[in-house]
Amino acid sequence: MKRRSFFKAAALAAALATAGLGSTDILAQAKTVKVGVLHSLSGTMAISETVLKDVALMTFDEINAKGGVMGSKIEAVVVDPASNWPLFAEKARQLITQDKVAAVFGCWTSVSRKSVLPVFEELNGLLFYPVQYEGEELSKNVFYTGAAPNQQAIPAVEYLMSKEGGGAKRWVLLGTDYVYPRTTNKILRAFLKSKGVDDKDIDEKYTPFGHSDYQTIVADVKKFAAGGKTAVVSTINGDSNVPFYKELGNQGLKATDVPVVAFSVGEEELRGVDTKPLVGHLAAWNYFMSIKAPANDAFKTKWAAYSKAKKLPGADKPLTNDPMEATYIGIHMWKQAVEKAKSFDTDKVIAAMSGQTFPAPSGITSKMDEKNHHLHKAVFIGEVKADGQFNVVWKTKGPVKAQPWSPFIAGNDKKKDEPDLSAPKAAPAPAAAPKK
Amino acid sequence: MIRRFLLSIALLAASFSFATAAHALDEALVAKLASGESDDQVAAVAALVASGDERAIVLLQALADGEVQTAGKQVLIVKGEEGVDAATGAKVAPLPATREDVGVNNRLRRELESGIAALQLISPDRAIRLAAIKELGANANDAMLPLVKKAIAKETDSGIKAQLEMIEAAMELKGGTKESRIAAVKKLSTSSNPNTKSLLLGVLEKGAESDPDVRLEAEASLRAVEGRLAWAGRAGLLFSGISLGSILLLAALGLAITYGLMGVINMAHGELIMIGAYTTYVMQNLFRAYMPDAFDWYLALAVPASFAVAAAVGMALERSVIRWLYGRPLETLLATWGISLMLIQGVRTIFGAQNVQVENPAFMSGGIEIFTGVVFPYSRIVIIAFAGAVLAGMALLLSRTRLGLFVRAVTQNRPMAACVGVRTARVDTWAFGLGSGLAGLAGCALSQIGNVGPDLGQSYIVDSFLVVVFGGVGQLVGTVYAALGLGLANKLLESWAGAVLAKIAVLAFIIIFIQKKPSGLFALKGRVIE
Repeated sequence: MKRRSFFKAAALAAALATAGLGSTDILAQAKTVKVGVLHSLSGTMAISETVLKDVALMTFDEINAKGGVMGSKIEAVVVDPASNWPLFAEKARQLITQDKVAAVFGCWTSVSRKSVLPVFEELNGLLFYPVQYEGEELSKNVFYTGAAPNQQAIPAVEYLMSKEGGGAKRWVLLGTDYVYPRTTNKILRAFLKSKGVDDKDIDEKYTPFGHSDYQTIVADVKKFAAGGKTAVVSTINGDSNVPFYKELGNQGLKATDVPVVAFSVGEEELRGVDTKPLVGHLAAWNYFMSIKAPANDAFKTKWAAYSKAKKLPGADKPLTNDPMEATYIGIHMWKQAVEKAKSFDTDKVIAAMSGQTFPAPSGITSKMDEKNHHLHKAVFIGEVKADGQFNVVWKTKGPVKAQPWSPFIAGNDKKKDEPDLSAPKAAPAPAAAPKK
Repeated sequence: MIRRFLLSIALLAASFSFATAAHALDEALVAKLASGESDDQVAAVAALVASGDERAIVLLQALADGEVQTAGKQVLIVKGEEGVDAATGAKVAPLPATREDVGVNNRLRRELESGIAALQLISPDRAIRLAAIKELGANANDAMLPLVKKAIAKETDSGIKAQLEMIEAAMELKGGTKESRIAAVKKLSTSSNPNTKSLLLGVLEKGAESDPDVRLEAEASLRAVEGRLAWAGRAGLLFSGISLGSILLLAALGLAITYGLMGVINMAHGELIMIGAYTTYVMQNLFRAYMPDAFDWYLALAVPASFAVAAAVGMALERSVIRWLYGRPLETLLATWGISLMLIQGVRTIFGAQNVQVENPAFMSGGIEIFTGVVFPYSRIVIIAFAGAVLAGMALLLSRTRLGLFVRAVTQNRPMAACVGVRTARVDTWAFGLGSGLAGLAGCALSQIGNVGPDLGQSYIVDSFLVVVFGGVGQLVGTVYAALGLGLANKLLESWAGAVLAKIAVLAFIIIFIQKKPSGLFALKGRVIE
């Protein structure tokens, strides 16, 4: 009897022990950290932003598979601000106050970023912004992993002025009507003037969001080009690019005559456009899918496998692009910074972000600047090939430091190259009024 | 397309006739072309062109098409799995395992295109010669002058000869004696090519031309060319205005029936357009999956399908919701708006929130060049014709058929029509279905030029109402005039003030117009309505 009861007790103890172990295991799994993903999944910007949501989720999976951030699994909170700028601010507030996310990865258009900026500053949140933009902003609560004008726009224009790029003398600055194209074109105009280009040789044109009839504009570009060697700088954003490039092709505006360089068109936007008539038109980015680098091969393989596993809409032809790379870098740098700070606390993570490095898929080691919250990036200029990929025709020797305050805008020389770290700003930024 | 086809035939012929030729291209030149800096490459292209060798065409064309690869020092032309040595034309098999593409940038591509064109000036095929002249007109460079002169001497076709002499004149602008320069400038005054304008502007630039006589002639020629270009520009503007008008007309025709004739404020009209566009998308996918060979003809089925689907949805709406609300415009407005939201969300759930891609059939891409530099895209021409056909069909339907008679009778005097035995409720359903079907047709057309997404209808609903109200409610002919008028006004303003301001100006104009003339352009006169 005794022996039997001993046996029983032992079994019970063993069962308890395993149960106990099991429960600690469950506890460890339950330890999670929430992060927000704030990208438009519908509306005019969905064409560009949807893949950024997907690549963010892929990166979270990748990090979780390797044990998470400081032992916590990442739990993504995905919201859809629907290309509606005021809704961006609402959703950002909801992410920070209700979901209590540690960081937010999101926004594409500058008007959406301007819309959420006061929210992040007021609530001391943390935003990683993955898209090239116009600069003229520096917030303690935002890390800009896309390019500033001197990392994209200015080198592209310099290239088109060079003999190699065609020696353009006249310029059409064509954009969607909101803060990013307007500011970029202001900077470019000042830059072109500094290079001796007259005002009469610059033609600035804007179209509303979602514009779909580019007949007159392409015809006007042709007319303007009769006055001398012309290049077009396009800051058209969102799904307007599809009708724009269709019209270019249909009207036979060839890159050898009038090259169009775009700052918001990558591999993803050209999906579904017949690129054969567009061969030779350009884009300037800090990453192209066609870049030959081991890190890029790994990135592309990962993305292809992920799109296939999740049956994403473009899985039959997986494409990567610059903002996807910037999202990927941003998430990894945030993870590294959290682990360095040993905390999810916003201020500690911000401090730990400075000087973080990461082997970027573009083949360089990307570094977060010690002070100005921008990445050091290499600049590439690519020409569209018949298959919709880009052929890199020019690149910088190494990474370039960002200048968020462009020297081509008056008064910027007095501004400090780092955000004001003393207490969150009392007054929200005045430029927050949405354009649409 | 045709040009490319002819080109490839010529190239094929060239490669056959010269595959047996013993001589090869200069190896050093070929190496420089494949692996030099771009200055070297440009020089190599010029040297190859100057040699006048037909084998050079094959190599240059292959380079432009991205078919040239290097393997170590060897330069290859690789098509699919077959490769030949670029210099000798000898077949290389097996191909080396590691090969590098020779990249081409715009500068080199420009040189290649004009070089190939110069070499083709003496092609026996007239069409190829014409295409070559067109290409050279844009980018001739001085080194090609001997080739052009040779071609002029050989040319027997007077039309082509005149064009060649124009190119010669453009080349001689910079060099030559005073007389030859003046002759060249005079010759250019008959051109209607935008490139001529920039050439002449180049002559007039400070420091480019010192002789006052030549300058004077150049100014006169420039004025002549600019005058001709202005006319071409106006023609282009008129075309884009008509094109926009045709799109507005298509979008508004359906509404002209449901709102104009029946008086239903149908806020879901835009969504019926959207449904037509998605039907086209589904048809396209069906063709791609089951009949890939006949893909170019998917529109032939997409047109009736989009009409039928949209009409069915419209009739279902009328039967289930709208018919209970006749004579209560506010409730109709709210109900149809709610339906529009449901339709948008429904499509979003089925097809996803992202835009879907509707591909143009091959015959609808590209365009026809009316004047040099003014291209009318085929897709827009087709849509203008389509809008005309739909309009004619509807006019016939309303004026010549029994259903048309009933519709007119019911809209003009419902109780009297009912008295003489017209089943007004059924006529309402058919008429609403017709209007909805027309919206579906508009969606089918719009899918060919714009983006197809769940929000597609939202951007056309306001325009549609504007057209119908501006034209005069209840008047089909008013709708036609209003659509074309607004299209032209929008395009004229756009070229003058930009797209954003143009839209605002048109809206402001309509507000003022409606204030002064609330019944629109063509008001119904008499005792017919209220």
